[in-house]
Amino acid sequence: MKSYNLTHLEELEAEAIYVLREVAAQFEKPALLFSGGKDSIIVAHMARKAFWPAKIPFPLVHIDTGHNFSETIVFRDDFVRKIGANLIIGSVQQSIDEGKSVEEKGFNASRNVLQTITLLDTIEKHKFDCAIGGARRDEEKARAKERFFSHRDEFGQWDPKNQRPELWNIFNGRKNIGEHFRVFPISNWTEMDVWQYILKEKIEIPPIYLAHQRNVFIRDGVIMSTSDFIQQRETEPSQIMQVRFRTIGDATCTGAVESDADTIEKIIEEVAAARTTERGTRSDDKRSEAAMEDRKKQGYF
Amino acid sequence: MEKNSYLDMELLRFSTAGSVDDGKSTLIGRLLYDSKSIFADQYEAIEESSKRKGDATVNLALLTDGLRAEREQGITIDVAYRYFATPKRKFIIADTPGHIQYTRNMVTGSSTSNLSIILVDARQGIIEQTCRHTFISSLLGIPHVVFCINKMDLVDYSEEVFLTIKKELEAFSSKLEVRDIHFVPISALNGDNVVNKSEKMNWYGGSTLMYLLENIHIGSDYNHVDCRFPVQYVIRPQSDDFHDYRGYAGRVAGGVFKQGDEVVVLPSGFTSTIKSIDTFNGSLSEAFAPMSVTLTLNDDIDISRGDMIVRPHNQPNVSQDLDVMLCWLSDKKIFLGGKYAIKHTSNDVRCIIKDIKYKININTLHRMEDDKELKMNDIARITIRTTKPLLFDKYSRNRITGSLIIIDEATNETVGAGMII
Repeated sequence: MKSYNLTHLEELEAEAIYVLREVAAQFEKPALLFSGGKDSIIVAHMARKAFWPAKIPFPLVHIDTGHNFSETIVFRDDFVRKIGANLIIGSVQQSIDEGKSVEEKGFNASRNVLQTITLLDTIEKHKFDCAIGGARRDEEKARAKERFFSHRDEFGQWDPKNQRPELWNIFNGRKNIGEHFRVFPISNWTEMDVWQYILKEKIEIPPIYLAHQRNVFIRDGVIMSTSDFIQQRETEPSQIMQVRFRTIGDATCTGAVESDADTIEKIIEEVAAARTTERGTRSDDKRSEAAMEDRKKQGYF
Repeated sequence: MEKNSYLDMELLRFSTAGSVDDGKSTLIGRLLYDSKSIFADQYEAIEESSKRKGDATVNLALLTDGLRAEREQGITIDVAYRYFATPKRKFIIADTPGHIQYTRNMVTGSSTSNLSIILVDARQGIIEQTCRHTFISSLLGIPHVVFCINKMDLVDYSEEVFLTIKKELEAFSSKLEVRDIHFVPISALNGDNVVNKSEKMNWYGGSTLMYLLENIHIGSDYNHVDCRFPVQYVIRPQSDDFHDYRGYAGRVAGGVFKQGDEVVVLPSGFTSTIKSIDTFNGSLSEAFAPMSVTLTLNDDIDISRGDMIVRPHNQPNVSQDLDVMLCWLSDKKIFLGGKYAIKHTSNDVRCIIKDIKYKININTLHRMEDDKELKMNDIARITIRTTKPLLFDKYSRNRITGSLIIIDEATNETVGAGMII
């Protein structure tokens, strides 16, 4: 007898495509938040699949801190051109210039927190009623309690203790004017699922995910890329190391790991053997035990 | 992990229910720890927190209690999702808190589960909570239930204790609709029969919990008999290459659809045949639940979201009057005669609450026909009338076409979870 079974990746993909189509059906003006990182790349990839042979019926939005790895931006523009999507950029630099944000100072200065202001501003300016993101529940403990369809009040805030229960695959996207939703189609994916999917689907990713020689320095045990955006202390000399990035965020808060994994297959082996979570290299999460929860309440991704 | 073995892995969703003391968090921690799914930085973080709180051992519950309020109060507020994988399967755990006021969380976490793990303290046997969890697992139509008789170490790993509890559970479960039941004697604390077979319970010839999780047959958990395709979204590229393309996108909710199949579109009743089953990676010869695909038909019919494509000789029920087992999720009481919004498959309708037939005491399973006041966490059989006919199956036949949610139109909150009878 033929067995009607999907593999875990097929089932996760079917779920994500279902969620993406639900967004297109339930919202008037959705947008897909696209950072050029692997998670938003696979979400965009599945959005393409969800609506094929039509184009993705919503724009991609990049909240640009101005402190990117240059490889990410090259990749982003290339990707958007290839899939024929519409790209909207929300600029943190512009928010700072307009006086809406104030730049952090000092050695640990980062624009990560400032993204929230620009994100909410961009959502308001374009009247987006839904922002799709690539966040996953396995990334961080506050995200473990996040819904697929996550309600935000008119201030863009998340109220974790008062979330709508989410049953079966019925998603309630009803809201009042001025409120919006964040939707996370890959909530149930793990880092390993993402890499296996990238390999299976032969999805292109920015080269800095793969091992390469890089000019770096060490801060609090984390390997940071040297950059115009980070002030190095005298005790933090530059050196060349063979590294790769497990996540790609703002260059000021994303650490690298030492690695020889220069192919996706090798990355999968490395992830299988890894002893720290991928966000273990993110200094933005280390500011306090509830750092992510606090940022999310204010409207961060 | 063996090369490419991930291409054969299946996905199993299970829920765990239990209270603070019955070792649920210890069990989850044990599964994650013994399957090497806890990362060093996660372990260090909870080790640090446990020390700060003065706990003697590392409190693995801190792994799942993600919110600040939960850590402060030492309780789990919300359903937490956890993930781990073995070479055979990827697992999604919906970890639900066991306090009585959190029935709604248990219902939520169970709604998508293939399997439910119910923990029973070997020293106490069946308690009210055990009945509650079993009843909810049955109500939510979870196909497999595994009773873990935990803390066997505290009853000297006694076979007699295990068999007594097993007998009681079998008697209780026979009153419910549970398809597939298993019993495993374990010690979550020491790891007996969790991942590794216990050396202290040689009298037990059954499987370890992990073996069950990895091998239980889940291929029949979806309905592959009754063809149901709720149309989610209509794809019209309006490009030169696909000028006349009109595809009906959706996720198969039941049965197996094949190219060339004769189909009928509800509610219009027009018939056609399936021209193609399309995906980005090419056309398929057949599609089954839970696949997301796009159907095209050989005839030009007006079809939109909310319609359902089915086979002519196997059609769902069509009615405006429905009996529903309802779990009330809101702290605002239900309003008899009140109007609410409903989401059912890809359909949005409104309804009026016509009658509350009886409430169920979830600890004793008694029907309470005089008590019509439905509050948060109450479960009741109600009658509703909808503004337009719904296309549905009984929940016990199909969990997708048989489920609905009730929404308060003033607040937009999801206030009720309904299973159609």
